Order: sequence, then C-alpha cells, then structure tokens
Amino acid sequence: MGALLATIGLTAFYGDAQALFGIDFELGAGEMVAVIGANGAGKSTFMKAVTGLVKTAPHGIRFAGEPIGGLPPGEIVKRGIALVPEGRRLFPSLSVEENLLMGGFSKRAGPWTMERLFKLFPILAQKRDQPATSLSGGQQQMVAIGRALMSNPTLLLCDELSLGLAPIVIKEIYDALPAICAEGMTVVIVEQDVAMAQQVSQRIYCFQEGRVSLHGRSSELTREQISQAYFGIGSEEAPHA
Amino acid sequence: MLETLIQGLLLGGLYCLFALGQSLIFGVMRLTNTAQGDFIILGAYAVIASLGALAISPWLIAVLLLPLAFGFGYGLQRQVLNSTLGRDPLPSLVVTFGLSIVIQNLLLQLFSADPRSIETEGFNTQSIALPGGISVGTLPLVILVLAVAATAALQWLFNRTHVGRAFRAVSDDKETAELMGLNAHHVYALATAVAFVLIALAGALQAMRTTVAPSDGPLLLLFAFEAVIIGGMGSFWGTLVGALLLGVTQQIGFRIDPGWGIWFGHIVFLAVLVVRPQGLFPKTRG
Repeated sequence: MGALLATIGLTAFYGDAQALFGIDFELGAGEMVAVIGANGAGKSTFMKAVTGLVKTAPHGIRFAGEPIGGLPPGEIVKRGIALVPEGRRLFPSLSVEENLLMGGFSKRAGPWTMERLFKLFPILAQKRDQPATSLSGGQQQMVAIGRALMSNPTLLLCDELSLGLAPIVIKEIYDALPAICAEGMTVVIVEQDVAMAQQVSQRIYCFQEGRVSLHGRSSELTREQISQAYFGIGSEEAPHA
Repeated sequence: MLETLIQGLLLGGLYCLFALGQSLIFGVMRLTNTAQGDFIILGAYAVIASLGALAISPWLIAVLLLPLAFGFGYGLQRQVLNSTLGRDPLPSLVVTFGLSIVIQNLLLQLFSADPRSIETEGFNTQSIALPGGISVGTLPLVILVLAVAATAALQWLFNRTHVGRAFRAVSDDKETAELMGLNAHHVYALATAVAFVLIALAGALQAMRTTVAPSDGPLLLLFAFEAVIIGGMGSFWGTLVGALLLGVTQQIGFRIDPGWGIWFGHIVFLAVLVVRPQGLFPKTRG
C-alpha cells in the first residue's frame, strides 16, 4: 500500500532564496500528522508547495501515486487536496455563505455540503449572510475550515489553525477535528503549539531551517527530543552541518 | 436652473457609460485602462464603418457590435493585458497608453481627422416637451435610461451571480481564489469582456449624440476617471452618481460661460479629491 502523499527531497524557492532543502515526507491514508517548527522553518512553504502556490519540480511531490509538483493550484484542488491557509485568507467582499460556495468551486463530490457544515458549525448558519470578515476570529477560522471542506478533499491541510485565537476558541476548533476525520479524511496540521500538536496527531514532523529535523510517533517523542529538533540547540549533529 | 439640472443629468448618463467599464476593470484587477476613451472612439468608428458597408439601422449595428466587443475584450485581456498584471502597476499603464496611441493613429489613418457621427435618421434631434416649457432630447433620455439600467445590471451581476462572486473573490485575494480552483486569467478576461460591451455601447451612443474624431479619446478617459473617482472606487452606483454630478457641474459651467463647462467639472473633481479622497461611495470592507 503506497503513501497517499509523499515528497522526496522536495526543494522550493522564493525567487533566489531557498526555503526548502530536501524534505522527505510521507503520509498514509486516514492519518493525522502534525508539522511543527519555529517561524521560518519552512512549514508554510511546504503547505504552499503541496497545494501548488509555490512551484516545485514535478516528481518532488506524489499524491495518490501521481506526480503533482508544479501543477496549478486549481488542478491540485480537483485532485483532492485542500488548504486552510495561514491567517485564514477569507474573501472580505463575500458573505459567509459565498465564501463556502467558493470552496465548492471545484465541484468534487463527497459528504461535505453546506447543510453538513452548518451542522458542524451551527453559528455559521446564523451568520451566513454576513460579510465573512465581520465574524470573530474563531468563527472566521470555522469558515476557513468549512471552505476547504466544501471541496470534499481526500487530504486536508491546516496551516496554523490556532494563530491569533484565544485558548478556549482553539479548543473549540480542535474539538471539531474528530468529526471531520471520522469520514476517513487524511489531515495535516501545522501547529506552533507543540503540546496541542502532540495531543491531536498520530505522527509528528519537526522542521528546522527548511529540513526535517525530527519525525516519529507523537506518543513516543519526548519533550527533550522535540525541543532539540525545534530549536536546534545542544544538538551533537546539527541537521544543516 | 431646472433645465440646467436636467441637461446635466442627461449628460451625466453618457459619462456614466464611459466610466462603468473603467470602474469594473479597476475593481476586479486593479488595472487602469488609459486607453478607455480611445476604445470608446474605436467602438464609435466600428459602427460608422459598418454603417457604410451595410445599409441597416444604426441601432441594429450597435446591438450586433456588442457580442463582438465582448469577444474582443476577452481576447485583449487574455492575449495582452493579463501578462501586464502584477504588483507593479506600471506595465499595464504603459501598455494601455501604447494602445491608446496606436488606436488614435490607426483611426486617423483610416478615417482622417474629420469629426464623424452616426446618422440616426433624425432621432437625435427629436425631443419631448415637459411641462414648464422644458424640452428634453429623446436620445439623451434614452442614454440616461440605458446608463441607469447598465449600472443596475452590473451591480446585480457583481453581487448576485456566480460570475460576480468570482469577480469579487479574485479582486479580494487572487492567490486564495486560485487555491479554490478559479482560473484568475479567465475571470479577468470575463470582466474585461463585460467592460468592452459597455465601451462599445458608450461609443455608439456618443457618436449618435454628437460627433467623434480620432483624437477625442483622452478627453473621454478624463471624464470616465473623474466619474469613477468622485463616485468612489468599487461601487457602480457610486460611479453613476459621480457621473451625474460631473454632468450637472459641467452644465452649470456651460451656462455661466460656454467655455467654462469642462474646467468646472475638473474643479468639482479636485474638490472631491481634497475633501473626500475615497470618493462619495467607497467600497466598504469588513
């Protein structure tokens, strides 16, 4: 059984600046994997590379057995990868409902419909006609997640769901994840909060300066291992040496 | 005074048609089309030339021209303008400015510098008598009605349809819209196509109401700009109000002295820029 998503020696650049230096990443169907790392470690670039927002070599990324590196974002979403972008990136001129409809633009069939989302996040049904960015931060994050789900992805990527949200709201958002995964959805979360990442995920990848500095089962990694990989301090063999 | 006001509103209707396409293109892709006026004149000459070749009603020709303008706008955006878009506004300004020069010289070469107009078999001289001894030109009234209808239609398209939702989404955040599967280049081309339908309509009506000459474009561009900026970027009703205000102000100027109309319009435009630089009805964002 092959991996759902695999990257082999994935590199990515912003102009002349290299952001990813050979990421090896593997994800099985139905898994929930967390990507952690400090600011600038390349987590968001990795998400953007997988969704086609950052151009990469064709064979750097394989999804469901096919090379997808460098395909346009619209083609990748049609194949079943959806991103909840960092900072939510809702459309301010569109209402909540219209934002969700935009998410369904690729018209992939599947269990997620507007009604289903309103059951998951009832508050959005009440606010469906309001401008999306007039909602509270947590509610906006629900719209962003809902918008990604509307494309009925096989793989859902969530970039920094907790960014700028109060702890109680973060808990509310994460409490919705099991209901989403129940459909057999494969999920990758990027998270700054290591404890949260360890708690919700089955496996963890830690990025540092555009490389994978650690990966393993969430339950088996120790705080020491993680903080070493996270900050790269006190490590005998620095990953970039 | 009432007559001046009415004449000003009628003139404003025409300016509104000049400006709506500009407002749409700027609103969707932040592209300033400096050839807007020249494309309007090109539309007028397209009707004039067709009228010479086919002996049918100018109204029918104008209507037949609209789908052609749609295709022309789509192709222009897809083949030329899309590659000028980016963070830097300069390439699109330079390219449309270049197109403006090309169109003016092409028209000069083909049609000479003589002013031309579209013969409407006397329709442009008909008028309707209103109580109080005021008479209103039938054609200017038709133009004003078309301007209001076009504004309403555009606002409806923008707010209530799938295409409009796509327009707003790419305008807000092109990258995220592409992440949803939209092809921004196609959406931009659709917006320009719609804008060119309005441009062709404006050109035909301008040449029916008065005369057109190959060098008229830049002045029409100026009126379009002023209407869009007075009204506030991103609202079509704002563009209509801006155009009507510009028309009324110019008409008041013309009444005081026949040479004062245009610069009276500029004064009001500058006053709005100073007092309310965001325009009268700026796009509200949450």
